[in-house]
Amino acid sequence: MVPLSWYLALSAVLFTVGVIGVLIQRNVISLFMCIELMLNAVNLSLVTFSRLHGNVTGQLFVFIVMAVAAAEAAVGLAIIIALFRSRETLNVDEADLLKL
Amino acid sequence: MGSSFRALPQGRATDTLFDNIMEFSHILFLGFAALAVVAAFNVILQRNPIYSAIGLIVVLCSLAALFLTLGAQFIAAMQIIVYAGAIMVLFVFVIMLLNVRAEETRIDKQKYLKWLAAPLFLALLAEVMAVVRQVNLTPRPLESANVVTNPENVLGTVENIANGMFTYYVIPFEAASVLILMAIVGSMLLARRERQEDVERIEKALAGQQEEEEEKYKEEVAA
Repeated sequence: MVPLSWYLALSAVLFTVGVIGVLIQRNVISLFMCIELMLNAVNLSLVTFSRLHGNVTGQLFVFIVMAVAAAEAAVGLAIIIALFRSRETLNVDEADLLKL
Repeated sequence: MGSSFRALPQGRATDTLFDNIMEFSHILFLGFAALAVVAAFNVILQRNPIYSAIGLIVVLCSLAALFLTLGAQFIAAMQIIVYAGAIMVLFVFVIMLLNVRAEETRIDKQKYLKWLAAPLFLALLAEVMAVVRQVNLTPRPLESANVVTNPENVLGTVENIANGMFTYYVIPFEAASVLILMAIVGSMLLARRERQEDVERIEKALAGQQEEEEEKYKEEVAA
């Protein structure tokens, strides 16, 4: 059996990579994918703790997270389409209409 | 204390060492973990979003395999079906719909973020690793993952998940379904292209309102 801390370490690495992706990417779709990456890292740690306690609750949380991620992806991509229609760009730096 | 007693533990010791190094689950974990990390870096370093999407699909699939090694069969299946299936198809669809090329003219307004990224990466990683080291992890062994011989030891089957979801966690489940319904309606409303006649009707109505207000204002001034 692999030590469960390895799974947590992998989860930490994936989450950190997602955070860095949000910092260095400027394309709004790529930013969105980095957020999905972070959600998946958290899912991995939830499943790991579920295995640690021999309890299925963590996996139920993962299921709910997946439902929320699906809803978020649908609404977010619709917003991206609307943004592209009005601004003709996907660069997040260009979408600064509210900025003074 | 004969020599035969001593020979057995020694043999066992090398066996366990061999098990610890070369156990199949270790190889499985290391392989899929390496794949996931490499693909995650691919997600964040690619300029073209379609390559990022492919990297993300690889991450999702290898995480599904890791879920299987953690005894979460149902979640692994959901990961493939919902994430790699539905959500990533949505992503690829939008990327192709918007016909995004690799970012041609990169007018980077926030260059400092890139230099901030590497130290932040290391700091965040060190922080999380310190927390992980403090957690004392001794998993309760699942004796067998065989549904037929001892079903109570299997963790993430559909039956166990359903038992939890439709009894104690039924309210979050229903809330999630309402959320998804709202997301369907909201995304259709947001992504809908406004028809030309609708736009004209709205503009006409607004113009009419303006005329009415002007007339009212004139009447007030005259009075």
